[in-house]
Amino acid sequence: MYNGWIFHCDLFDMKRYSLTQAFLFLLKRDLTLSFRNRAEFANPLLFFILVITLFPLAIGAEPALLSRIAPGIIWVAALLAAMLSLDSIFRSDFDDGSLEQLLLSAHPMPVLVLAKVAAHWLVTGLPLLLVSPVLAVMLGMPSEAQGTLLLTILIGTPILSLIGSIGVALTVGLPKGGIILSLLILPLYVPVLIFASSAIEGAAGGLDVSAQLYMLLSFLFLAVSLSPLATASALKMSMG
Amino acid sequence: MPEVALLKIHNLACVRDDRVLFEHLSLSLCREQMLLVEGHNGSGKTSLLRILTGLKMADEGEIYWHETAISESDSNYYERVIYVGHHDGVKRELTCLENLRLVQAMGNPSAIDLDDALEQVNLYRYGDTPVSNLSAGQRRRLALARLVVTEADLWILDEPYTSLDKVSMVLFQTMFEMHLKQGGIIVMTSHHDIDMPAVDVQRLDLSL
Amino acid sequence: MFLWFHKFGSAPHFYRIAGKWIPWLTALFLILLTTGLYGGLVLAPPDYQQGDSYRIIFIHVPAAWMSLLIYVLMAFCGVVIIVWRMKLAEVVLICSAPIGASFTFLALATGSIWGKPMWGTWWVWDARLTSELILLFLYLGVIGLHNAIDDKRIAARAVAILAIVGVVNIPIIHYSVEWWNSLHQGPTVTKFDKPSIHWSMLIPLLLMALAFQFYYALTLFQRCRGELLKRERNSKWVNELSEGNDV
Repeated sequence: MYNGWIFHCDLFDMKRYSLTQAFLFLLKRDLTLSFRNRAEFANPLLFFILVITLFPLAIGAEPALLSRIAPGIIWVAALLAAMLSLDSIFRSDFDDGSLEQLLLSAHPMPVLVLAKVAAHWLVTGLPLLLVSPVLAVMLGMPSEAQGTLLLTILIGTPILSLIGSIGVALTVGLPKGGIILSLLILPLYVPVLIFASSAIEGAAGGLDVSAQLYMLLSFLFLAVSLSPLATASALKMSMG
Repeated sequence: MPEVALLKIHNLACVRDDRVLFEHLSLSLCREQMLLVEGHNGSGKTSLLRILTGLKMADEGEIYWHETAISESDSNYYERVIYVGHHDGVKRELTCLENLRLVQAMGNPSAIDLDDALEQVNLYRYGDTPVSNLSAGQRRRLALARLVVTEADLWILDEPYTSLDKVSMVLFQTMFEMHLKQGGIIVMTSHHDIDMPAVDVQRLDLSL
Repeated sequence: MFLWFHKFGSAPHFYRIAGKWIPWLTALFLILLTTGLYGGLVLAPPDYQQGDSYRIIFIHVPAAWMSLLIYVLMAFCGVVIIVWRMKLAEVVLICSAPIGASFTFLALATGSIWGKPMWGTWWVWDARLTSELILLFLYLGVIGLHNAIDDKRIAARAVAILAIVGVVNIPIIHYSVEWWNSLHQGPTVTKFDKPSIHWSMLIPLLLMALAFQFYYALTLFQRCRGELLKRERNSKWVNELSEGNDV
């Protein structure tokens, strides 16, 4: 009778991927998928630009007024664009069965989730960083504030992706999940919105805004450490 | 030598929409054994398999792997389990080789060369073809190829023969027999007639 | 202790015990309510600044306290659901949500009513009111998510996660909104935060708070009993009940 155990251990070299390698591999996979599916990252960006363009049309193009509300407009638009883009984090994997395979992986799910969220941010959040200076100029934002604008978007949009991933994980199995997603996530976005827009506003007025930026940074650390746990737990639930 | 039960199911129950699909289900599986789950559509076969993988929570009962409950510590379990469900679990925008590389990255890779793995499932020429260009049968073979590129003791297969032609069915049946002979365990459901005389098959009929 | 806990978690046991407690809870609630209202509306002196219009705080403040307390309780249930998978915790969580949402709404409505004679408008973006508004959305999210998921056991776990995430965020949101308010409202004095409060006002306030807690308990028990019947309608003990074999 063949003893299978010897057969398995002896002859083969088990080159199991380390956690870091698995993380980077999954990150690369998601970036590759986004690249081959370009609409996924063009849409939120266009939405961001469009929403911002709507405001001067609605309120009037008076420069003083526009520059006063510019930080708020840009950040509200960023929130909405983030919400729009969130569905794509898990939707495709859920539909074709890749998500359950990831859940069954030998690697801890929170790390895999972090890889996917990181890929998502690189594709949906980072482009906002490139486009926002242009939009800031269009809204008449003073140049002193532009550096702060970029900083808040750099620190803030990953927080949006991380917190948003919890909401998507809770609703990915639902047929009309997108509708309830906004109800779940927008209240949680409020602190980021408050501190980000206030930082830019303060910078425009020449004030020191390091307090706001440090708050944003601490939100980011909190989100990076805790949200993957919640997201992984929620994903496991959605598969049941 | 005493046969040690690797997989033990104890008092498992599953309820869906007020219907009790199964309850008080207990059994154990040793190496070289196969569990064939039978029953009509909706009798809970897929639910049972998903509970075994840990993706679904049972309403009652517990599953033990090497005497440890998987709900308490599942890292050891997931290193030794491969699941192929209704979905193929492959990305359509990636090529066959890229998909297999992902499978290896996420699990316990076997030492086999990926091109050899593709050859074993008759997909040798399709290494760099995106999955979206494959037929349903070819996709299923790719899905089952994950069994070849990883090392695992327990294979949980939900309707593995879906979309496969006769030749492929024979191919995979041989693969399953090999896995069992090498000391593996298989839990499987299938609509097709399974005739594997050389194998120790436990049949579980959920229609009863 | 563990045995008591386990027994308490059993559905038919809870159903019976809760049923016995409800009349007592109702009685206590009514007593506390009447004394609290009497103390607040009649006995307590008028405020030197606001006259008699301040008296709405006897409903507004306890309602706000309850809205927060219930969410924390829900999060606690959430932890119990995730760690111990206790079915009773699932029922308590989902039955508490509408009660908590109602208290939040009550706090918002009374806050708005209070604001009218004070500032002449029905709504001010005061820190406390804005936080309460966001809390209302958090409650609606819990209720909405639970309704959207068909499998109620999965729904319970999803809502458990949401409640835990929410409770972690509530202090962050509260602090952020307060900070935002201090930036934008400037010198507007808010009467919602009294620095010190006379005992003749404090006692009715505490009585009302206690009354609301008993109200929560009795409505919770009633809702839980109903929910338990619905969830376990195919089990033996429910069938025995409906045949009139039990109290």
